[in-house]
Amino acid sequence: MKTVEPILLSGNLAAAYAIKQLDVDVVAAYPITPQTTIIEKISEYVADGELDANFMLVESEHSAISSCLSAASAGARVFTSTSSQGLLLMHEILFITSALRLPVVMAVANRSVSAPINIWCDHGDIMPQRDVGWIQLFAESAQEAYDKLIQAYRISEDPRVRLPVMVNADGIILSHTYEPVFPLEDSEVASFAPWKLYPLRLDPENPLTMGAFGYPEYYFETRYQSAKALEDSIGIISEVDEKFGEISGRKYGAVSPFRCEDADVILISMGSISETIRATVRKLREKGEKVGMMSLKLFRPFPFKEMMGLVKDAKAVGVVDRALSPGAIVGPVFNDITSALYLSKMSVPCVNFFTGLGGRDVRMADVRDMFEKLKEVAKTGVAKEHRFYVGLRG
Amino acid sequence: MPFKSIKSLEERQDFFSPGHGLCPGCGAAQIARIVTKVAGKDTIIVTPTGCLEVSTTTYPATSWKVPYLHVAFENAAAAASGIKVAYDALIRKKKISKDANLVVLGGDGGTADIGLQSLSGALERGEHITYICYDNEAYMNTGIQRSGATPYGAWTTTSPAGQKTLKKDLMGIAIAHGVKYAATASIAYVRDAANKVEKAISMGGPSFIHWIQPCTTGWRYDPKLTVKISKLAVKTGLWPLYEYHEGVTKLTVEVPKRVPVSEYLKLQGRFRHIMNKPEELAKIQSYADAFAAKFGLGPVAQ
Repeated sequence: MKTVEPILLSGNLAAAYAIKQLDVDVVAAYPITPQTTIIEKISEYVADGELDANFMLVESEHSAISSCLSAASAGARVFTSTSSQGLLLMHEILFITSALRLPVVMAVANRSVSAPINIWCDHGDIMPQRDVGWIQLFAESAQEAYDKLIQAYRISEDPRVRLPVMVNADGIILSHTYEPVFPLEDSEVASFAPWKLYPLRLDPENPLTMGAFGYPEYYFETRYQSAKALEDSIGIISEVDEKFGEISGRKYGAVSPFRCEDADVILISMGSISETIRATVRKLREKGEKVGMMSLKLFRPFPFKEMMGLVKDAKAVGVVDRALSPGAIVGPVFNDITSALYLSKMSVPCVNFFTGLGGRDVRMADVRDMFEKLKEVAKTGVAKEHRFYVGLRG
Repeated sequence: MPFKSIKSLEERQDFFSPGHGLCPGCGAAQIARIVTKVAGKDTIIVTPTGCLEVSTTTYPATSWKVPYLHVAFENAAAAASGIKVAYDALIRKKKISKDANLVVLGGDGGTADIGLQSLSGALERGEHITYICYDNEAYMNTGIQRSGATPYGAWTTTSPAGQKTLKKDLMGIAIAHGVKYAATASIAYVRDAANKVEKAISMGGPSFIHWIQPCTTGWRYDPKLTVKISKLAVKTGLWPLYEYHEGVTKLTVEVPKRVPVSEYLKLQGRFRHIMNKPEELAKIQSYADAFAAKFGLGPVAQ
């Protein structure tokens, strides 16, 4: 590993930079804030001859994902990116991409969903995609968005996986903030995620029927197989992360714990908010408070085994949801975590914090408030209330 | 090379196998067979959801001896263009060496209604695909509901008193996008249709073929009448056979003497409720007369 100079890139430009290095053949996309600068930059790379790809400027996100799916079925390495309403419009085709086991990679600049229309960050767009059968990675920085996209192709194209992958990076907060990013050399990317012709492609020399009609005799097994493949991909995701660490010095894990080892209370979060929480933990630790945090880097498949060992000695656990799940008793991330705790026969009291919707700032003071709530729960051993809306005006 | 006879088409290899679940007498099966014979081995077929898709791909069987992709209902044009664009990139980058024709076979619902946006995008981008709409004038796969291509007066389960609006002008829509080639077809004129498919594919695209497809179940007629009804659609002037290429529209099958529309309508149960309504018949006759004037068909034989 040699020393490389960092370059100043926003999350979106870091994503585009990774795509330039990945020998992608087809990009199909449609503009939507805050994702748009990814495809603008890729358009430039293509126009300047820095990326030899065919760029399809389609008429909707629905066609963007449809064209990516089909281009992958022809054997091409593909990319698309979107946000918010665009992701919702793709929803239908996301299920089909995973069931057809096609290695499509997509970057998502996470943004709220309408109404009211709002272009800022939350996880309202990604949560309705929980059950689409894609691998879903979350980044906390521009560097991580870059790194995870490179990992994503290696994971997605692994013959043991063959599933589409989404790399999520918080809209505006990560997509538009410039940070120093350490890129890999082109040759390092090429050898880490080498281009291969997808073997089960639409080829007249070996005709296949893709997208067949499944009677009840076959439907269940087909869906089960892709769900099982997603579940089983967790080991390969971790293996790819390890290998990536060997060439870059950076690995992330399915969960990234900070000061959890002796923590009484632990806050679990996903995305850029984790940076704020980590900084708050550092401050509170300086004051001697036994607090810890855990950033969830892999949302699907859900890494519950990796997580449980880390919370087993905690007296209270808080889970941050950056999206609502109207009508449900808890938020989507909380739901997964408490299911995992229950199945692990752990009865630690849990509290769900809803915050940061539609780009509402989450400050260190807000995080301190969350830890205060958790400390009260830890003291009594009981969570009297299980939901708090942090930063919501009364 | 144009097909000089039906025999020369018959000699071509088949890539659409029998044993599928389409109704006896279904025009879509005949269209699929003709198209794949003409297009040949190096072809990839894409269909939106619909009768042709569900009846020919019941896992683990398939009727398709060429590569075939179905994704969803509204995106066949986007799916086909994705494959074509991928082939172009892979050939340019020397990752593969052999090209393929991309042909969509979409019903009228998947083309004129829910798939129109995706089709418009593909045509506007100038994708090298051939889009063929097999038009049975309603949502037949879900049980005969009206579509934007249902003709005036036709009964469907959701237009029980007869369709009140005119059929969408799909040819006009395609031509307005600046396609390289567009044509209408009918299975009663196999040689004409086969030559149009060959031309459409050879043009590189985007090209569009609008192919009328009588549906025994939805149009309510005896399955043995499929070809006869296909012929009457042309003979009445309701389905003129023409092609459009580089700004010129040319009739490909002359109709020196037209048959009154009632001869076509009376064979189909879907028009039964208007057969004793002269004003409705006159209205439909006037549509045929307008086509006749536009495309240069002959007068109605007395």
